[in-house]
Amino acid sequence: MQKRVGFDRWALPYLLVLPQLAVTLVFFIWPASEALWQSMLRQDPFGLSTEFVWFENFVELFHDPAYLHSFGRTIVFSASTTFLSMVVSLLMAVAADRVMRGANTYKTLLIWPYAVAPAIAGVLWWFIFNPSIGIVAYALSVLGVDWNHYNNGAQAMLLVVIAAAWKQISYNFIFFLAGLQAIPRSLIEAAAIDAAGPVKRFWTVVFPLLSPTTFFLLVINVVYSFFETFGIVHATTSGGPAAATEILVYKVYKDGFIGLDLGSSAAQSVILMAIVISLTVVQFRYIERRVAY
Amino acid sequence: MVENRRWLNLLTHAVLLLGLAVVALPLWMTFVASTLGPGELINPPIPLLPGSHLLANYGEALSSGMARAGGVPVGTMLFNSLVMALGIAVGKIAISVISAYAIVYFRFPFRMTVFWLIFVTLMLPVEVRIVPTFQVVSSLGMLNSYAGLTIPLIASATATFLFRQFFLTVPDEYLEAARIDGAGPIRFFRDILLPLSRTNMAALFVILFIYGWNQYLWPLIVTTDEHLYTIVMGIKGMVTVSDEEPNWPIVMATSMLAMLPPVAVVIAMQRLFVKGLVDTEK
Repeated sequence: MQKRVGFDRWALPYLLVLPQLAVTLVFFIWPASEALWQSMLRQDPFGLSTEFVWFENFVELFHDPAYLHSFGRTIVFSASTTFLSMVVSLLMAVAADRVMRGANTYKTLLIWPYAVAPAIAGVLWWFIFNPSIGIVAYALSVLGVDWNHYNNGAQAMLLVVIAAAWKQISYNFIFFLAGLQAIPRSLIEAAAIDAAGPVKRFWTVVFPLLSPTTFFLLVINVVYSFFETFGIVHATTSGGPAAATEILVYKVYKDGFIGLDLGSSAAQSVILMAIVISLTVVQFRYIERRVAY
Repeated sequence: MVENRRWLNLLTHAVLLLGLAVVALPLWMTFVASTLGPGELINPPIPLLPGSHLLANYGEALSSGMARAGGVPVGTMLFNSLVMALGIAVGKIAISVISAYAIVYFRFPFRMTVFWLIFVTLMLPVEVRIVPTFQVVSSLGMLNSYAGLTIPLIASATATFLFRQFFLTVPDEYLEAARIDGAGPIRFFRDILLPLSRTNMAALFVILFIYGWNQYLWPLIVTTDEHLYTIVMGIKGMVTVSDEEPNWPIVMATSMLAMLPPVAVVIAMQRLFVKGLVDTEK
């Protein structure tokens, strides 16, 4: 935790932590406590009076069909994004790990989507799926699929899932590839000598040894799809059609800035904070026990 | 490779090439669309090969901008994005390296309190507490300013955590030797610790630059003055024009310009980028 040797000065350390502390207090602790406080208040529609209502905002949220709907959408969105992105990147990482020569070239060609902003990623996919001029929509129409994400909720959801998963592929690929390269070759050779084929080797040797990486990426991807995908939804579907892609982060924004229902929006913020904190705790606990093997 | 299997080798390369094609498809189509003339993007199927309007489209996007996007030239938005990305990256590194130094190398009352105050912030992304943070920034009068764009986002503990982890691995002998030679805390920090953390800082810089450049929600709510729009949020104004199809070639040229700087940083500094990615997630 701390060095055995160190300096003893009375003013200097405080000066050094001051900038960070000030920013933390003003822009984190203050707003977070404000959110906690506001989540227990209710304003009348004209903003004339405010009353303290304890946990009524929360109770109301969980009886609100729109909120429960948004929760359900978020779970669908998050699970599909995580699954799609992790399966594709694991497949590519296994392939890249196998080719040996050229693995680095593939890596270079695969890492750049990480640098694309979520909002831009959304716009790119929005464009190639565009019902009137998009290339994929055209290909689908040749195949007989009628693609229109402007009024088909399931297709709109699929579109944001693809855009979100696409952006995350590079991240997962880098970590899967590193995990695969860290597996001792001798284990795989031993399995091969025992006449285990490639598929069997993958499921009985490689995949179990990769499980710490997989679990770590699972948490990261869930956090990503819960909280960092606002741009994808906002820049493309705006939660529509008919709230089919209205995920929780988007709803916090919508209720707070467009609906101006501050009490409810603050209560939603508090729920989201609770989710982030529990995910972080899960992750930290897991990192503690990283050496499972 | 453990054994040589012809079909499996072919399959491996097929998987990789197919994957690359799928990953690159949106980028390629964006590039193609950004080079087409106004009339070429009306009827499907759109061409698969670039057209001849590359310079004209990019020139138009950079200089005049689009009237529909509020008339801000893309050049201005690129500049704002650059200021924001650099401000966040440099600011975060600067404040966190000194606070990590204090936490690791000094003994002082309330050290653990400070540590925990900083580290709770690790957990809360800005999207989660967006409304109250907006209210705070607004009551401080920081809306529509570069300060409002950057300072609230430099408060994050990831960088401090990273430097703390690194400082803990620096052998104590360095400090002992420095003290024997009569170096004080400032001198030790400047002449020994900072040069040692150069690689870490560079790796962190790559990650933070991308983080800052790609901010979307925050600039969306703190700026109403169009001269402070950043490029990533400016795209939104171009895509959602009411009742008609957006001017796709210009939108796509703008998207390309918005992607170019961070993608170039990642490709050019691949090694540092991967290091930064792995470090920040520990």
